[in-house]
Amino acid sequence: MHELSIVADLFTIIEEKARETGARRVTKVRVLIGELSGVVPELFRTAFHSYKKGTIADRARLEIKITRIKFKCQSCGKEIKTNNISRPDFSYACPFCGSKEVELVSGRDLYLEKLEIEI
Amino acid sequence: MEKTKKEVLVLEDILGSNKKIAGSIRKKLQEKGILSINLLSSPGSGKTTLLEKLGTKLQGQYKIGVIEGDVETERDSERIRKIGLPAWQITTHGACHLEAKMLARIFDQIPADLDFLFIENVGNLVCPASFDLGENLRFVLLSIPEGDDKPRKYPEAFITSQALVITKCDLLPYLPYDLERVIKEALEINPKLEVFQTSALTGEGLDAIYRYLEKKLQELRTKNA
Repeated sequence: MHELSIVADLFTIIEEKARETGARRVTKVRVLIGELSGVVPELFRTAFHSYKKGTIADRARLEIKITRIKFKCQSCGKEIKTNNISRPDFSYACPFCGSKEVELVSGRDLYLEKLEIEI
Repeated sequence: MEKTKKEVLVLEDILGSNKKIAGSIRKKLQEKGILSINLLSSPGSGKTTLLEKLGTKLQGQYKIGVIEGDVETERDSERIRKIGLPAWQITTHGACHLEAKMLARIFDQIPADLDFLFIENVGNLVCPASFDLGENLRFVLLSIPEGDDKPRKYPEAFITSQALVITKCDLLPYLPYDLERVIKEALEINPKLEVFQTSALTGEGLDAIYRYLEKKLQELRTKNA
């Protein structure tokens, strides 16, 4: 359950942005959670709503967008999208040319994408 | 006063502050020519025992330090100090992983002339995988009694590691365990993993780890030269 420490870091950024923009209140928070980020969206949500109490975002809604795992093949340059790494046929190899020289380009990310604020 | 709603685009990495601290730790270690290794595994898979073996073998030739991460107690540090190595304990008091800022707090105590700095993470195969500590290498350990179905169940730990150390291989004759399956699965999700089959009890496979670490230390120092 490391979601709470990640949410604590998220609130540091929220509060900083709220100060910068002169927000009186933050009403919506939208985050991007990579499928391979190790963060469980449900637990993130619970942590968010318990942490927000008493902060500038105490009535904020949380929107979560899941970003899919994407690889790029270093040999043929094609992009590979996979929606579930735990599928039994998942393999860290390029389905087009068979190369194992593939690199993860997205899926581990954790981003605060945008805020809705009241000024 | 009238309320106005406005959307603000932020696009900021939530783990950015951890990554920044980790980056500065990595840079300092690189400058000092210290190779750091972050050890990840579930509790009881043999991280401390592996460190005792590696430490005993390498300490004649190299200077070694160990950072021990645990929820509570100094027990692991005491074990490491018993074999004559300096150890720094980080107790997280509940947190399930180490973060770069926890290392930054004790970083001044790490001698500049070390060759290897081992960081034993909190026993947990899930959460520590998300946090960069500024290490050069990440080792994921998997012991035979844990079962042969783990790599696909905990993909992040395997994808972010450079080496897989299978421990307690001396138990293989006594347990139903498909070693080939584990290695095959681990390499399917991360084909670049170095795989070591070890037993701290018999000493099997430990030489291969020493050689790997020595090679990686040389590579790090060649970059500095």
